[in-house]
Amino acid sequence: MWAISILKHQSDEIKKGAFMNGLSSVFNLLAYIAAAVFVLGFLNKVVLYFKTPSPLKIPTTPAPKTSMGVVVRLIPEVLFFRSLLKGGAAEKILWLGGWVFHVSFLLIILRHLRFFTYPVPGFVMSFQQIGIWAGLVFPLALLILIVRRFLNDRLVTITLFADYFVLGLIITIGLTGLLLKYFARTNLVDVKAFILGLLTLSPVQIPDSPMFLIHFSLVLILLVYFPFSKLMHAWGILISPTRAQVDNPQEVRHVTPWAQ
Amino acid sequence: MADFKVPELTGEIITPKVTLGATSGIKPFPANEELMGKVGFPAKKSADWKVKFLAKMGEILKKYKSVRVFLDICVRCGACTDKCHYYLSTGDPRNMPVYRQELMRSVYRKYFTTSGKLFGNLAAARELSDELLEEWITYFYQCSECRRCSVFCPYGIDTAEITMAAREILDSIGIGSKYNLAIINKAETIGNNLGMGGPALRNTLDFVEEEIQEKTGVDVKLPLDVEGADILLVTPSADFFAEPHIFSLEGYAKVFHQAGVSWTLSSHASEGGNFGMFIGNYDHMKTINGRIWKAARDLKVKRVIAGECGHAWRVLYSFSNTLHGPFDFLDPNYRVPQHICDYTLDLVKKGAIKLDKAANDDFSVTFHDSCNVARASRIGNEPGGQFTIPRELINAACNKFVDMAEETIGERTFCCGGGGGVLTDELIEVRVKGAMPRMQALKRVKDSNGVNFFALICAICKAQFTKIFPYYGIEMEEVGGIHQLVGNAIVLGAKEGV
Repeated sequence: MWAISILKHQSDEIKKGAFMNGLSSVFNLLAYIAAAVFVLGFLNKVVLYFKTPSPLKIPTTPAPKTSMGVVVRLIPEVLFFRSLLKGGAAEKILWLGGWVFHVSFLLIILRHLRFFTYPVPGFVMSFQQIGIWAGLVFPLALLILIVRRFLNDRLVTITLFADYFVLGLIITIGLTGLLLKYFARTNLVDVKAFILGLLTLSPVQIPDSPMFLIHFSLVLILLVYFPFSKLMHAWGILISPTRAQVDNPQEVRHVTPWAQ
Repeated sequence: MADFKVPELTGEIITPKVTLGATSGIKPFPANEELMGKVGFPAKKSADWKVKFLAKMGEILKKYKSVRVFLDICVRCGACTDKCHYYLSTGDPRNMPVYRQELMRSVYRKYFTTSGKLFGNLAAARELSDELLEEWITYFYQCSECRRCSVFCPYGIDTAEITMAAREILDSIGIGSKYNLAIINKAETIGNNLGMGGPALRNTLDFVEEEIQEKTGVDVKLPLDVEGADILLVTPSADFFAEPHIFSLEGYAKVFHQAGVSWTLSSHASEGGNFGMFIGNYDHMKTINGRIWKAARDLKVKRVIAGECGHAWRVLYSFSNTLHGPFDFLDPNYRVPQHICDYTLDLVKKGAIKLDKAANDDFSVTFHDSCNVARASRIGNEPGGQFTIPRELINAACNKFVDMAEETIGERTFCCGGGGGVLTDELIEVRVKGAMPRMQALKRVKDSNGVNFFALICAICKAQFTKIFPYYGIEMEEVGGIHQLVGNAIVLGAKEGV
């Protein structure tokens, strides 16, 4: 009996090994595909926007008279969502949720850089503690962004499936990340080896952790989804003609080939 | 007086509950086949309208970065939802900027994006249909292109750009607005939106000269088509016949007279307004604007000054140089064109003209920032000059001035409710209601400061408010231009020390 048991165990090990190898190949491939779709998709939009002309000067005024002024106008828009702060109470809540969400996302990404670097640079190390706090705040900020869409009849009217989808996707990424950190702990050495393997184009086996695979898969979905969605506001905020144009139509003649 | 409920004046602007279809029945009159043909659009909707629709939309997406980027990047955060005066006064969700845009964005997803093609309804993609077309006709003519939403949008998404594109698409499949296209036709064939020919214009100017002579005893001239004059004044044609507009015309004439400059109007370009912009049609906008610069060349003037008009100023200030520049045949020492308020204030500051404030002591004045001046252009050299220069000029012309609530002026000003090509009788309900936020702000300064003069520098605002003030129980005579105040206060005759 014991011989059979050992044989069965060995066979299970082999099966599992084969399964993990197969799964690894799939995930490594998916990771490359997702990264390629994200980068090429994003660049495609950047080029498309760049090539699409603005025939007329349409800055929302008062607007700066110089390019430097435009930079000065855009910095608080990007860093502090300045225009949102011009609104009323509803926008204050939105601002809080939105700003905390974006900042904590950034901190979390910075913290994650330790999986992408070897040796880990000092600045990445300096984000480790604050990155943990950000990870805890992150789902709360997203919760604000989700709940507000149910509480206000105007938001109920305008919200689309896509809005819930992306909020749900990102909050799930955050929550699975927390589960990985606190409950379904995984072997971080394996995780790092896996990521570095991807980066160095010498793929290794995926970590043996279902929770990690869920977390990782969701991130891949987010990457693929990004360039085809409203998430392109990340680039749009920098080139939106009403904000990025210089108010100098009298001083400098603005010309576009098609509009001659 | 009205077969709809006029909002009550309480001084408060309260965001209403969403009421689906509240203004779904209010549409502009369609242009007939003859008019469509005259302005170069297909006479009527054809069987293959969907093909034409998508071709025009595709063309716009390639030509306008604004439309392409705005359709892509809206996150539906909702910051704009309570910023439109039409939503605030009707509760119709299609008057929330984001939901108005959704009429175009859903079509964009269906025909121009991968996700929309793949996932259809799940991606909120919408197929072209007659029903959708009716919604377009309705709600893209319930937008006054005032850009207030773009101020509050974290990405500056400007519904005016979407509305203009939508109207251009509708025109291209043979569905036009009678009001807008009739005006465009008149401006292009006769020279002004009213269709007033040269002789009629001269008659009017003679009348204004007599009026001034009677009231002041001074012989102030309003020259027309004078070659070699220094200044060409381009003003909205309403200034030639409508009250209170004509009082501002008297004001300009008195200012030029007292400054001792030579100036002229042009019968060829007797219109500052440019409805080509309202319908998002580049060619019409260029054609109408072109009359002004042709007149400036033909009359060999040195400067061009623009009268009190909002969208006219936007086209003149922001677009002229692109459309018909460079203006190297004009005197480079002056702005091309220059706003009349900028010009007059400069004269006041230099002491070249003198204003007697006491002449306006009957008035307690407030100032309404018109959207196209406030959010789509600049007056003078500094950003924000469009807010400070008119106010400085008012303060130079009268003793009692008070601003309305801060969140309703400046870049956050509320539209009059009649701008952007909706100043037509069949849309009176949305016009009256759309003025509500502005009227509430006015109500507050009327109560606190006894305001009885509502100063403006836009012909459409003037026409709109004189029409809708009575609905709210306010005398239409309380509406007037800044140069009406200037005209009252200006000291005519021999200058001191000269």
